[in-house]
Amino acid sequence: MSNFPWLTTIGLVPLVGAGIVMLLPRTKTLLAKQVALAFSLVALGLTVAMALQFDANSTVPFQFVESTPWIPAFGISYSLGVDGIGLVLVALAATLVPVVILAGWHDVDSELGSVKGYFALVLVLETLMIGVFAATDVFLFYVFFEAMLVPVYFLIGRYGGPQRAYAAVKFLIYSLVGGLFMLAALIGLYVVSARQLGEGTFDFLSLVGLEMDSTTQRLLFLGFFFAFAIKAPLFPFHTWLPDAAKESTPGTAVLLIGVLDKVGTFGMIRYLLPVFPEASQFYAPVVIAMAVIGILYGALVALGQNDMKRLFAYSSMSHFGFIALGIFVFTTVGTSGSVVYMLAHGLSTAAVFLVAGFLMARRGGSSLISDYGGIAKVTPVLAGFLLFAALSSLALPGLGSFVGEFMVLVGTFMTHPWVAVIATLGIVFTAAYVLRFYQRTATGPTPAALTTITDVKGREITSLAPIVLLTIVLGVFPGPVLDVVNPAVERTLEIVGVTDPSPIVPVVEGSQQ
Amino acid sequence: MNDVLITPDIDYQALTPMIIIGVAAIVGVIVEAFSPRRPRRGIQLVLAFGAIVAAFVVLVSQAGTRVITGSLAIDGPSVFLQGLVLVIAFVAALLMAERKVDPAGDSFAPRASALPGSADERELSARGFMQTEVWPLMLFAVVGMMLFTAANDLLVMFIALEIMSLPLYLLAGMARRRRLLSQEAALKYFILGAFSSAFFIFGAAMLYGFSATISLPGIADALTANPGQTPLIVIGLGLVTVGLLFKIGAVPFHQWVPDVYQGSPSPVTGFMAAAVKVAAFGALMRFLYVAFGGTQWDWQPALWVVAIATMLVGSLLAITQTDIKRMLAYSSIAQAGFLLVGVIAINPEGIAAVMFYLVAYGFATLGAFAVISLVRQGGGEATHLSNWVGLGKRSPILALAMSLFMLSFAGIPLTSGFVGKFAVFEAAILADATPLVIVGVAASIIAAFFYIRVIVLMFFTDPAEDGPVIAIPSAFTTLALAVSVAVTVILGVFPQPVLDLVEQANVFLR
Repeated sequence: MSNFPWLTTIGLVPLVGAGIVMLLPRTKTLLAKQVALAFSLVALGLTVAMALQFDANSTVPFQFVESTPWIPAFGISYSLGVDGIGLVLVALAATLVPVVILAGWHDVDSELGSVKGYFALVLVLETLMIGVFAATDVFLFYVFFEAMLVPVYFLIGRYGGPQRAYAAVKFLIYSLVGGLFMLAALIGLYVVSARQLGEGTFDFLSLVGLEMDSTTQRLLFLGFFFAFAIKAPLFPFHTWLPDAAKESTPGTAVLLIGVLDKVGTFGMIRYLLPVFPEASQFYAPVVIAMAVIGILYGALVALGQNDMKRLFAYSSMSHFGFIALGIFVFTTVGTSGSVVYMLAHGLSTAAVFLVAGFLMARRGGSSLISDYGGIAKVTPVLAGFLLFAALSSLALPGLGSFVGEFMVLVGTFMTHPWVAVIATLGIVFTAAYVLRFYQRTATGPTPAALTTITDVKGREITSLAPIVLLTIVLGVFPGPVLDVVNPAVERTLEIVGVTDPSPIVPVVEGSQQ
Repeated sequence: MNDVLITPDIDYQALTPMIIIGVAAIVGVIVEAFSPRRPRRGIQLVLAFGAIVAAFVVLVSQAGTRVITGSLAIDGPSVFLQGLVLVIAFVAALLMAERKVDPAGDSFAPRASALPGSADERELSARGFMQTEVWPLMLFAVVGMMLFTAANDLLVMFIALEIMSLPLYLLAGMARRRRLLSQEAALKYFILGAFSSAFFIFGAAMLYGFSATISLPGIADALTANPGQTPLIVIGLGLVTVGLLFKIGAVPFHQWVPDVYQGSPSPVTGFMAAAVKVAAFGALMRFLYVAFGGTQWDWQPALWVVAIATMLVGSLLAITQTDIKRMLAYSSIAQAGFLLVGVIAINPEGIAAVMFYLVAYGFATLGAFAVISLVRQGGGEATHLSNWVGLGKRSPILALAMSLFMLSFAGIPLTSGFVGKFAVFEAAILADATPLVIVGVAASIIAAFFYIRVIVLMFFTDPAEDGPVIAIPSAFTTLALAVSVAVTVILGVFPQPVLDLVEQANVFLR
């Protein structure tokens, strides 16, 4: 089945599911949820089946390749394929969607908008997320990149909190502006390819290795970087994120921060580094500075939040700083660490926002930390999950985010020791705000309103269990993921033209097996 | 004395499409004179739609088989553009036939000669008079446009220009609502149009003075025989180009555009904006490519300046507009600038790109004016942008359609506008005009700002208390909107067949 169009199939399944969900009568909300869950599980199953066939030692850059001409006149084709990085992120998206559907079973029951609409939008978003990670045609990537805005806009704008319209518009405007710059850069890239290859193309592999003078390269880099930095988001382009996270439902927040924002950092690895190697090195100090500021600024602002969703939005911004840092220090350890961190952060975001969502559902939807306290006594299991999510967020050794964060810092230390030292401060702040959050919500006296709440039950535990499991597995046994990711990272850095610095302490003969 | 008058050999069959429309227009005038009031509208509608469809069918059936050159050139570009004019005319005619949207009837004044605000006018309105002269006028304009794209000598081109323009001057002044504005628009259009015609004919005289011929290939031959820049050729080229650029609405010959677009009845504005551009770009390209293709280095720098100014001025001034029709007018100026980029490329890709762009632009424009004709307040159209606030909540489908047209104008992928812009830019790159492309992309980003602002207004702002009324259109406008939406989407997602078509039709015969 080597010619089976895996990626198209995986992408189409949720889309078909969305169509079926929309065709159901408005009142059959339970059926709509079941259908949505079933289709997302089928997509997950197919993803697992595909991932098992992925050959980590392969020498070709992309596997499961499909390509059909779309607009031949402009060298645009419908081309899909994944390398290790793409595979990991496709898997992340396919995993989180069923989790979100299950966890958000009752999130929109009271909404004026239709329930089936919510689940259909989630499925449409899944299709686009898979597309954006799998596209190997830059134009196709752009189309998915921009198309994602539509379902997210409606997910926030129709199913969110009281300020949802404002948050949705802010998100949309930021993303559109970024997208326009990317479009301009995209056309510029096509111009360069047309001049050099005789015929313009958007095929990613043909675009890698184009010769550009440094001015062109830097301008085009900025066009793409602007879009990715808004999407990721990096300091100072982050202001849309706390609003969007606060106003959206927990499920939307998971998909938004856990998967969607990864498109920004994914784009940096996939497109910025290989296509604009010289410009990437030129701008690396700026990006590193932005990343470090983001790490510290996000953590400090998180310390001052009394709203748990905003707290974790700022926390994510801080973590995105780590991811971007790992990418732009140009070491295999750092970049691989970034990819692992992207995966781990997706899982830990899911844990944090879903647990917070369960908690909020028990307190009339309030997201103010000051409304909570002492839940460990009333709902020990929920508090346990909360502690787990909190620890995963602060990168406790043994959990997935630790592996990522540690690798990023090691990778940074190899080339920029002082930056690593400063960034490490971020870990300290993270510990402070995460533990303080747990202390204020789970310990101490229990407010009267919380004394009667019930603990998490079957559906909620079922949705969280896979996240917990995967976080631990990634934490103690990251080998398989690294095996898949490393070749792609090495290939990327080879194109950039950097090699890892030799270790400062000489390796003792025989100490490495 | 051998001066026998030799009758020219005319291939009437190749001219059939134009003859059909022309005859229908003349019959329409006779109908106006002799038909009783009651069946008149029916007859005119059948005549107009029938003629347009028949001409289109004949045109398509003999495309590529009948090729002539002489005073008229029936070649790839002219057949394609004539077909486009006919399709645009069909859709515009649908908008003109609408009678359900305005509570008082159609979009046109009951009698153009009645003084605005006079008792005469009130009485005509009260008695429900509606005129049908617009139909033959429109058909005459269509003949002129078709002739304009095919004209291969300067005199035929001039005649075509006048046949096209005179009915449009009249149509511009016939709005039922805000008649003073409409009449002012017509007068401005007429005076400036006459002025530009004078430029054209002076220029033609100069060129005749240089080359002793009015045929475009003849001028090209004369240029080859006598190279160098003589005053006659420079002035002649300049003046004729100015006359054509005026019709296109390029900066600095654009001042009439906002007033005329705003004052004319919306169906006429849509028709004018879409079809005149098609015809005028056809003529401009033929003039420059056939007569002056060999001396492109002489005129390209001047057109560079015009194109850059047109793109930037159109985009920047559109931002400051508060009336949607004026905004679209400035937007059409900016679009003319993008089209000029394709003209300047002076290669077959440029011709193909401009033709594709004209299709994309034409239908998005018609669709946008169709939407405008439906958003009404107090009987008339609510064109102030503040009236469009929250339209997405009142009428999501209409607002979605408008958003689509705006995105297409802005050149966002998956709409026809993107493919058009891309094709034009690509042609310019092939012609080593990369700086033009850079300016074009920059202007697109500026332009995107005001297009997206309309979308933000419609969807993301809360509606006002006394907002406009959304008229429920009859099948005519609905069909016109549906066609515009379909073309915009299909050409955005699957443009390849039309790209292939324009590529086959991209050579001007001499």
